[in-house]
Formats: sequence, structure tokens, C-alpha cells
Amino acid sequence: MKMSNMIYPIAKDNDGKSIWKFLVGEFKPKGKLLTPFNIISLPIMLLGLVLIIIRFWKGIGSITNLTQEVPWGLWIGFDVVTGVAFAGGAYVLTFMVYILNMHKYHSIIRITVLNGFLAYVFYAGALLLDLGRPWNVINPIIGNNFGTSSVLFLVAWHFLLYMIAQLIEFSPTIAEWLGAKRARKILSGMTIATVIFGITLSTLHQSGLGALYLMAKDKIHPLWYSEFIPIMFFISSIFAGLSMVIFEGTISQKVFFNQISEKNHRTHDDILHGLSKICSVAMFAYFFLKVIVFIHGKHWQYINTSMGYWYLLEILGFVLLPMLLFFSSYRTRNIFMIKLASIITILGIIINRLNVTVIGFRWDVDIRYVPSWMEFVVTLTVIFTELWIFRWVVNRMPVLRESPSWVNEEK
Amino acid sequence: MGLDRRSFLKALGFAGATIAIGKSFGAPQMKESDIEFYGILYDSYRCGGCQSCEIACAEAHGLPKPIDEPKIGVQRKTDETRRVVVNSYKTSKGEVYIRKQCMHCNEPACAAACLTQAMHKTKEGPVIWRGSKCMGCRYCMVSCPFDIPKFEYYSANPKIQKCDMCYDRIMKGGIPICVEICPAEAIIFGKRKDLIKEARKRILENPTVYVDEIYGEHEAGGTGFLYLTPNPINELGFSTSIQKSSYPELSKGFLFSVPTVFVLLPPILLGIYEATRNNQLKEGDENE
Ligand code: SF4
Ligand code: SF4
Repeated sequence: MKMSNMIYPIAKDNDGKSIWKFLVGEFKPKGKLLTPFNIISLPIMLLGLVLIIIRFWKGIGSITNLTQEVPWGLWIGFDVVTGVAFAGGAYVLTFMVYILNMHKYHSIIRITVLNGFLAYVFYAGALLLDLGRPWNVINPIIGNNFGTSSVLFLVAWHFLLYMIAQLIEFSPTIAEWLGAKRARKILSGMTIATVIFGITLSTLHQSGLGALYLMAKDKIHPLWYSEFIPIMFFISSIFAGLSMVIFEGTISQKVFFNQISEKNHRTHDDILHGLSKICSVAMFAYFFLKVIVFIHGKHWQYINTSMGYWYLLEILGFVLLPMLLFFSSYRTRNIFMIKLASIITILGIIINRLNVTVIGFRWDVDIRYVPSWMEFVVTLTVIFTELWIFRWVVNRMPVLRESPSWVNEEK
Repeated sequence: MGLDRRSFLKALGFAGATIAIGKSFGAPQMKESDIEFYGILYDSYRCGGCQSCEIACAEAHGLPKPIDEPKIGVQRKTDETRRVVVNSYKTSKGEVYIRKQCMHCNEPACAAACLTQAMHKTKEGPVIWRGSKCMGCRYCMVSCPFDIPKFEYYSANPKIQKCDMCYDRIMKGGIPICVEICPAEAIIFGKRKDLIKEARKRILENPTVYVDEIYGEHEAGGTGFLYLTPNPINELGFSTSIQKSSYPELSKGFLFSVPTVFVLLPPILLGIYEATRNNQLKEGDENE
């Protein structure tokens, strides 16, 4: 753990220097280049770049296995629908910290918002790769016919607005980094308004991602289709997001060890414990809803099929089990168990979102869609690029470390 | 857009305030008889499977000439190179041919799905695709219950291919090319209302020839393309899961709930914020 101290020198905010000189310095790489993460990620990113070029040159079919029956595959099902659920931590935490005034969680709010923001930017970027005619992407924005009856129209707009909201929520951090005192004051004054706006948008587009599939009623396996998909997507985004915060926080604690103050290190377990409580309650609501939908849908006849077993595994192994783990950590405060539960939950969300969007989608056709290896490489490229930017920001801006001293003096 | 009780309830349920589960959320029936759309009536009994329509369609739209023929047991599907296909089925009443193409739904899922209205239900009836607006997201393909829009996966400037009922020709006062070319007069073009009347008449006059059902009269809330067949539809390769009400109804509840959430949620959040802020002032830094 002490290693990281040597790899990344502690960053400094700009105090008094000219912004331009400061920026030039900040854009230079810091730390060692040959870390295991870089050695793995760089070649994949380069390969991904080549694949993306081929895709724009020869068409989407040249690197994907999409079919006429299954027009949305891994890039939508995983990059977008699953990724955005994981970015849900940002709206849940801003709700807890800014609306409910739960101060305990203040120390992780910046990193969570940054994570959410980057996730959205990159998943929106991944969406562009999937568009056949991406140059027309501005049409629904500039109003070259508004398809207001389209759920996708809503989702697109909410994405866009939410990205802006998150950028504003994060902007005081940038201002502190640049030493822009006046700007910081103005920007942090906007926080509550943007937080309220952001939570509203999140509620709608988290469920909107599920609502996208409402019209595909005949195409999704009956065990996963219900008119309550939007509500289920919404509820599951709460514990998906928080599980990601737990998981990601655990890693950040190690990787960015030297950035985090002594006090915040000590309170971290307390934060995880609090989050696990919320997860367990949200998962209970979700599980309950799943059971009701199942009983009402009269789906018993599907249980004794391979899809039925898969369904049971998802519900029992990846919802009920982690829920119980979260619950039991309630009393025992077993931090390891919380981390384990969060990992199982994350896997469960991946399975669930893929079941709706890919695995259970047109499960009846002769030629099933199986993503090509190139689709996986592009997906990894998107994720790695995001992590690179994430690391760059955390190593420079006061995301995990304390704000510069002038911030408190001003109050 | 008034907010009726149903959608309001649904919005509440959606907002998490109440979760009411029941069949009361079924979509209301659309009065499709009110609509004066143009449509096409296909009489499968008269169709000889000659593929004249396929060939004429391909020529008219710059697509490759079909090379395979309808064969029993082989499901030919429309794809990015053909907008209409004729298939052959072996039934108790002998060999029956069935054409497949876009159904030109009265309330099309594809058009409701499209966020740029590139897929568009014209007021004349045909559902058309407009390339200058389309961003190639393929949501229309995900949503169409008949699996009709097809995408050019191997093009850098891909198009969505599907039958547009020869909209250009109709606008110039003509009729679709397949209707014009059909040597057996198996397809006729006209006002949807008149086509249904004509179909009824044929069923009435030849009850032994046709089943008493016009496919497309109610399917998916009514379609502009109508089928008259000698056999029940499930013997002829049609999906049996198509619902009778329109598909856009399925997402209407969600769409209605959006303005409600936008109106209700922010003040609630603001209220909680004010309440907890006062708390904090009283308690001081206790919870730090
Ligand atoms: S059949 Fe499909 S493509 Fe044709 S109008 Fe209906 S929903 Fe649209
Ligand atoms: S692919 Fe084109 S026509 Fe289809 S929904 Fe997307 S924008 Fe509309």
C-alpha cells in the first residue's frame, strides 16, 4: 500500500500561478508508466481504436454479430443499460448528503459524482458507436422533428441534461483545483438546485431505460417482461449504484491511499456499513416486487425450463443471497461480508440487465445473437478510457483529498 | 393531453408512492374504424406465388432481383435487400401462399419508438422512413412486433429498409407497384374501410373458401395491410402472440407519468431539504 505513495506524488492545487502554465504542467503524465494496469489496458485500447475505425468504415456488421432480429446487443445492453444502473450511486448519494443532510457520507460524494459523470459521458459515447447514422444524432436535440412519443427521446434528453447537472455538481472541485475562488462560490451556490434537478432526471431515465423495452412485449422472455420493468429498473438502480460505490470505494482506498486523510480513512467502514443498510432495504423492496410480478404473471410453467432455472439463479443467488448478506452485516458490521455482497449484487445487476436486453431478448429465434470478441474489446476500450480519465482527475483535483485551505477560510 | 385516472394512478405507482398491481392497467381499445387510411387487401386464395410483386418492388426501389423461390418448409424473411417476400405453406386446403411486408399499422410501434420521427405514419396511411432524420439507432426494429424494419449492417451510411407502400407513387395519384403488377389481382389498394367491406363481402360469398377473419383488422390495434386467407392464421407462419391493442399503448403509462414526476418530485425534494436543514441547525455539529 505504501507503494502508491511513490508512484503518485501528492498533487497541488493552483495557487497564484497563471492558469495556462498550471494547466500545461497538469497535463503531463505523473507517476510510472509501466504499471500492471497500463500494461493490460493500453494494448486493448489501441486494438479497440482500430476496431472503431473499421466499424465506421465498413459498417456496424463488420465488427458486431448483431442480427436483423436482435438489433441491440452488448453495446446497448451492457455499456448503456447496465453501466447507467451502476452510475446510479451519484443520485442516491446526492440525495442522502444534500437533501437528507446526512453528513457522514460527505467525504465520498465527490468521487461518486465524478464516477457518475464519467460513466454517463462514456456510455453516451458508446451509444454513438452503435448509431448507424451518428451524424444525425443532433436531430432530436435541434428539433429536426421531436419524437416526443418515444421513450428513447426522453431518455436521450434526460441523459444530456443530467450530464450537464452532474458537471455543475462536480464543478466546485474543478474550481478549487484551478484556484478560481469567485467561480467556486458561484458554482457551489448552484448545488442544491442542480441536485434536485439531477435526482428528478435520474428517477426518470433510470426507469426510462427499462421503459425502452415495454413495446418489445412479444420479444422478451415472459419471465423478464412485465409492465413494471420501469419501476424495477428504478429500484434496482439504487442498490446497483450503492454496491458500485462500496466496491469502487474499496479499490480507491487502496489505489489512492495517500490522497485520503486520516479521518476519512477511519470513517470509511462506517460509511460502508451505512450504505449496506440502504442496499438491504432497497433489495428487499425489489425482491418483493419480483415475487409479486411473478405470481401475478402466472409464470409457473416456465420454471421447469432452462430459462426458468436461470431465472431462479438470478433471483435467489444474486438478489436474495446478497440481500441476506447485507442484512446480516446490519448487526455484525462485518465489512468483508458487505464487500462480498456488493460484488455479488454487481454481478446480479449485470445478469439482470443482460437478461432483459440480450439473453432473454428474442430467446426464441433460430440464430441467437452472441457478441463477437470485437464487441467485447470495444466495450473494454470504453471502460479503460474512462478509468484513465478518472485516474487523471483524481490525481490532480481535490476529489478524495481535502479542499485547499482557502475554501474553508472563505466560509 | 389530459391526465386521466388510470395514467395518474400509474404515475403514482411509478413514483413509488403506491405499487398497485392488477389487470386494470390494460390498454384501452383504439377505435380504428374512425381512421380513413389507405391500405392494401391481400387475398391469399388468389395469390399464385408468382413473385411478380417481389420482382417489381426490387426494381422500383433499386434492390437486387430475388433469386430464390417460395418453397414449402422454407421461411423466407424480408431483409435489407428485399421489402416483400412470398412464402408457401402446406395446409389442409392445399398449398397456400402468403406475402410478408410492413403491415402499416394504424398506430405503429416503429413510429412511436422513433425519436426523430424518421419513421412516420403519414396521414394517408403508409408508414415511411426518412433518411435525413434517421440516426440509425434501430429502436424501430426493437419495437416493431412484426419484425419489419431491416438495417444495412454492412454500410457506412446504412438505411432502414422496409415497405413504404410506394408512398411517392400514391402521392402522385398512383397505386403501389405491387398492386399494379399483380397478374392475379390478389392485392387491391384503397381506403382501409372499403377494403374491410370488400373482404367481408368475399367471406360472406365464399364461406367455404375463407376463414371468417380478416388478419390486420384488429391486430396491433389495426393495420393498413389486410389479409384474407383460407386457413387460420397460425397455420400460415404468423406470430400468434401479436396483441389486439396497439403497441404504443404499452409505453403510454410511462410517458404520462413523466410530467407528473417532474411536477411532484422537485417540490418534495425541496421540502425535505428545508426540513432536514433546520434539523441540522438545531442539532449543530452533532452528526459530524
Ligand atoms: S409493421 Fe412494424 S414497421 Fe410496419 S408499421 Fe407496423 S410497427 Fe411499423
Ligand atoms: S433507426 Fe432511424 S427510423 Fe428507426 S427508430 Fe432509430 S432514428 Fe427512427
